[in-house]
Amino acid sequence: MTQLALVIDLNVCVGCHACVTSCKQWNTSGWAGPMVDENPYGADPTGTFFNRVQTFEVGSYPNTETVHFPKSCLHCEEPPCVPVCPTGASYKREDNGVVLVDYDKCIGCKYCSWACPYGVRELDEMQKVMKKCTLCIDRITDQSLPERERKPACVLACPTSARLFGDVHDPDSEVSVAIRERGGYPLMPEWGTKPANHYLPRQKTRMHISEDELQRADNPLTKEDITVYTGEETIDDVTW
Amino acid sequence: MHPAFSVILLTTLIGAGQGLFLALFTGQLYSSIKLIEAQGADFYAGGSTISLLLLIAGLGASFFHLGRPERAWRAASKWRTSWLSREVIVLPLMMAVVFFYGLFHYIGWTEPFYVAGGGILPIDVTLVLGFLGVVIALALFVCTAMIYASVKFLEEWHSPYTVGNFTFLGMASGFMLAAAFSAYLGNHLVGFYGTWAVIFTLLALGTRTASLLRNATLKHKSTLQTAIGVRHRQIVQKSQGFTGGSFNTREFFHHQSPEFLKLVRLAFLVLVFPLPLFLILISYVLQSPTLPIAAFLVQYLGLLAERWYFFAEARHPQNLYYQSIA
Repeated sequence: MTQLALVIDLNVCVGCHACVTSCKQWNTSGWAGPMVDENPYGADPTGTFFNRVQTFEVGSYPNTETVHFPKSCLHCEEPPCVPVCPTGASYKREDNGVVLVDYDKCIGCKYCSWACPYGVRELDEMQKVMKKCTLCIDRITDQSLPERERKPACVLACPTSARLFGDVHDPDSEVSVAIRERGGYPLMPEWGTKPANHYLPRQKTRMHISEDELQRADNPLTKEDITVYTGEETIDDVTW
Repeated sequence: MHPAFSVILLTTLIGAGQGLFLALFTGQLYSSIKLIEAQGADFYAGGSTISLLLLIAGLGASFFHLGRPERAWRAASKWRTSWLSREVIVLPLMMAVVFFYGLFHYIGWTEPFYVAGGGILPIDVTLVLGFLGVVIALALFVCTAMIYASVKFLEEWHSPYTVGNFTFLGMASGFMLAAAFSAYLGNHLVGFYGTWAVIFTLLALGTRTASLLRNATLKHKSTLQTAIGVRHRQIVQKSQGFTGGSFNTREFFHHQSPEFLKLVRLAFLVLVFPLPLFLILISYVLQSPTLPIAAFLVQYLGLLAERWYFFAEARHPQNLYYQSIA
């Protein structure tokens, strides 16, 4: 079985919100109709978004670290939002594991949003139905697009390639390898929702240089030279 | 959680309606075995009408909770997995039973067709229907409560106490209403219903206090650490990603001060439990025809506060992601 998902690399996310705006642009102009924006230029703007980038500060000054944290539907393998839906509008696709809402069946009771611990479902205040990330289902399943474009809008927009997209059930896929080799983890594992999306942790890049790397310890001329020098020009000075 | 008045009205109104029906049937059962004074058709028809009106009003209020009420009929389809769907099925069943129960009493289909227990318990159509109604009323209490109790992420709700509270509070207000109705009609059942109302109010006090105590020391499973998966004791949100509000900042928080919450809790603890009990006891002593009505109204007002607090008290883990605007 296929389970499509995103793997988000917190190590390279710079918090530019390009995924947020590209998501909004693609999905607001798509087949499901616009995603509401009320007072977009007013004092109190509000609207529906599938994807948000949040910022957290870890630690206390001066030992702080800024973590930019993109958050969208995690397409759980055990989605708690699906069984609570009274109409069957909320469902998980059998063929690729994407969790979707049938906007024509949704009655806008908001019960599914209560049953999601991640807060990734948002009621569209204009259409009065629940909306959520579709992994750009209209795009990734569109066979008329060239294959490299069959990816969610956020993935294509990310300037640092912090967002990987693929099948997390295929052990050899780019996303599975990334999760396996770079410590990918799910959010709120305590609930047993088994999120398909994973996050790659931040990593410190450190270079270790030892003493013997600073001077050439294996210089053959040095090895053969048994003369004791006391301040005058040595053979190392003249060799290189 | 944001306390939506549509849902507060729905749960309290249908709770009182179900409770009133249970009270009517309890009265019929007691009078059929000659333990209390038998009542005429008007009592049951009138009581069923009030019960039905409460159920209809509750259903009406629930539509205001829906974004697309015209599609509400679809909500009956997923009864295998969704408690909300089950409630959507059981509520109209309840209304049908109450309607026919009142109608059969009104048109006098109360001739026993069988006498059970060696001539003690005469069984007629309304008794059979009433017994079915009891099962459905209890099922409806369970369905309504399980909508909330089954959401494991709202740990304040995820407890058997929730089912106890919805059931006992609904029955308390329903029997209180039956006492008020009897006082209004001037029959002799005020003491009978009043006693049952006191019993259910005390049972509700037990479960509600237990749930308040449980929630006071509740330790939430999710933390900011598990929410973003960073292992550090000190994490602060610096930006939730937008400056304006969103569904996430509106739906999951009550936007009131902790002091206001404490005030509401105090209000419902006084209005639901001691005050109606006091009023119903005084009315028993004074033989007052109006105090039972006051007792019901005071308790219902308290139940509105109780339900408001029930929602406001629940803390959704998604709020971990929405703590700082910018």
